[in-house]
Amino acid sequence: MGLRNLVDKIKPTFSEGGKLSFLHSTFEGFETFLFVPNTTTSKGAHIRDCNDIKRVMIVVVVALLPALLMGMYNIGYQADVEGILPAFWFGFLKMLPMIIVSYVVGLAIEFTFAQKRKHEINEGFLVSGLLIPMVMPITVPLWIVALSTAFAVIIGKEVFGGTGMNVFNPALLARAFAFFAYTPQISGEAVWYADSTTGATALEQLGTTGTMQWSALDAFIGLIPGSVGETSTAAILIGAAILLFTGVASWRIMLSVFVGGIAFGYLFNAVGMTEFPAYYHLLVGGFAFGAVFMATDPVTSAQTNAGKWIYGFMVGALAILIRVVNPAYPEGMMLSILFMNALAPTIDYFVVERNIARRKKLIKNVK
Amino acid sequence: MSKNIKLCKGLDIKLAGKAEAVIENAPMAKSYAVSPLDYESVTPKLLVKVGDKVEVGTALFFDKKNPRILFTSPVSGVVSAINRGEKRKLLNIAVEPDQAQSVKELKVVDATKAGRSEVVEMLLESGLWTRIVERPYGVIANPDATPKAIFVSAFDSAPLAPDYNFILKEEKASIEAGLALLARLTDGKVHLSARKGDEGFMSEIKGVEYHTFSGKHPVGNVGVQIHHIDRIAKGDIVWTVNIQDVAMMGRFVKSGKLDFTKVVAVAGSEAPKACYKRIISGAAVESIVGKVSEKVRIISGDVLTGVKTAADGYIAAGANMLSLIPEGDVYELLGWAMPRFHRFSVSRAYFSWLCPKKEYKLDTNLNGGERPFVVTGLYENYLPMDVYVAYLLKAILVGDLDKMENLGIYEVLPEDLALCEFVDPSKIEMQQIVRDGINLMIKES
Repeated sequence: MGLRNLVDKIKPTFSEGGKLSFLHSTFEGFETFLFVPNTTTSKGAHIRDCNDIKRVMIVVVVALLPALLMGMYNIGYQADVEGILPAFWFGFLKMLPMIIVSYVVGLAIEFTFAQKRKHEINEGFLVSGLLIPMVMPITVPLWIVALSTAFAVIIGKEVFGGTGMNVFNPALLARAFAFFAYTPQISGEAVWYADSTTGATALEQLGTTGTMQWSALDAFIGLIPGSVGETSTAAILIGAAILLFTGVASWRIMLSVFVGGIAFGYLFNAVGMTEFPAYYHLLVGGFAFGAVFMATDPVTSAQTNAGKWIYGFMVGALAILIRVVNPAYPEGMMLSILFMNALAPTIDYFVVERNIARRKKLIKNVK
Repeated sequence: MSKNIKLCKGLDIKLAGKAEAVIENAPMAKSYAVSPLDYESVTPKLLVKVGDKVEVGTALFFDKKNPRILFTSPVSGVVSAINRGEKRKLLNIAVEPDQAQSVKELKVVDATKAGRSEVVEMLLESGLWTRIVERPYGVIANPDATPKAIFVSAFDSAPLAPDYNFILKEEKASIEAGLALLARLTDGKVHLSARKGDEGFMSEIKGVEYHTFSGKHPVGNVGVQIHHIDRIAKGDIVWTVNIQDVAMMGRFVKSGKLDFTKVVAVAGSEAPKACYKRIISGAAVESIVGKVSEKVRIISGDVLTGVKTAADGYIAAGANMLSLIPEGDVYELLGWAMPRFHRFSVSRAYFSWLCPKKEYKLDTNLNGGERPFVVTGLYENYLPMDVYVAYLLKAILVGDLDKMENLGIYEVLPEDLALCEFVDPSKIEMQQIVRDGINLMIKES
């Protein structure tokens, strides 16, 4: 095969001792992207499942696409662009630079660290790199996207040891960084339409007035203002279906986030703290997006099955608590997931302790 | 009879090349070998040199750490080679068989009357003791210890594994005699576990605690069965013996003559003829499968837990099958993005779920690169034990002995995690990690 021959021909240049050996990890990253390596099993099981982390990550990217495409259309729709295709094209052109900036900045950092650590390049950023622009408001300046991405990758991931070792979800960390460091640019009522009209997102209305101007159906389809990824609950549900069917995301977490959210929504309705119907909470803001794509991140969520139930429920419940009780931060989902990311190891600790206790009880039974 | 134990977790990987129910006699091999590497943590000390004449049952070497444990020759003939590897590490001792096949006269005691120590001595002298595995750690049983129970699994659930009901159908009396012998070694029970619905004559065997299991692989793993019958706690010692080795012990006490004959399955998509072969333990691979292409991997044992064996190598002492599968040292253009209908995955990110009955011809490609732990909740579905796999592995990786103990290192052997290793998209070498963890425990205890 011609392509394979070409790769084999330039390979020595990038290998140890070659002229471009400082780009070894980068070369290897691209090579394994093009070709599944010819490595065979040497220890342990001689045959292996054909699933690998690349496939796992690409499934998540595919699951994100409906929300991304719908979000692009919505950008145009919110900017009053006439027609479906022109509206979509308008949104596409707005979105593309953000995606490019996020991938370029993030991957450059990842490649550098992989090279320094002599690791293979991890695929985790394929997902994070797309998630970051999808949770940012479309009007956010590109330099903020770049800065947030760099912060998320370096402080959120690499200082802990890279993919698989991070405590916080990198994409959410990027958004939190942008949110707190550059609050005027990323939030507030006037942020959303730089081009035409100005208006508040549904949650900001909820924060200030306790109600919103859009119908539940608009919120479900995704014709309301908000970050690109989060507006269309319908598109997110398609993504959720993909993730659940392939088993990439935990159904326990996803389900329990929604259960936690709706339970607390009704609780606040019942005690009369808010008139905002509980199910609206699941439709507006980042709730659905967070539940499907963020809370289920296997690395930063709880890892035991029992822990996942607790973790998910608390993510949902806390998000609604923050939304209703603290109007200063209308988007509770981001904070709630980040907070539970920090708590997840503790939840797991207690679940695993119970396993240990069962094992220790065995000793007493014998003696 | 206790009630059936049904396990829901696990996976049966359907592979092409199942052994046909025919037993052929393999020709006498050019040489037979005994290797200390077939056993865990044995430090061999030689008793023979090249050119020595040996009989069936002549000790070839012993374990320095426990000099009572002898490793005996499976055939009579002349020691033809003592093969060493790096740093003069002993690889194996090869014996070239003669025509006569004389058997060393060994003292055989009546298991029902003799004292326990006499039974132990008899098994040690014959070399059959090496077939008794001790848990925790999966090492050769310590003759000075008394186990709380002995476990025998009457079936193997691994991919393409031999059907013991078929290959042992003439050996009922031997198995009974062997189990009676084992019963003398423990103060507790001898547990025998068969597969529900495929029990053969196992249910008729007396003097044992009989169990049936149903479910998917690794339901036939004796470690999984122990977990559901009588878990190993800290301080416990249990022994396990493979059912074919039980028959070998039984034959020995019944006839008074040592006989290392056994039936092994030759299976896998690359097997020239997938069927059963009657061989003598330690036979050269070539005598069993003939000439094999270099593009084929020969595995002593099953595809999940076996040992890679060279075409001019020998079948491992404990192996009851040879698996032959294609080597997978090829590049696959954008393989991770392709539908890959010919490959198997438990994940529905691929399409194996569409054809659950298909038999796959899987090769040895790793199908990806090694990555840190990313996915969660997956491994636990393939280990029917109350063990948190990722937590145990991480405890081993950081060398935390207390945590390893708390999280279940006494209950598992590498073979029990083989399926987890198979399904892992991060391609972590779990069996090696468990082995390292066990070696660390042995070293520190």
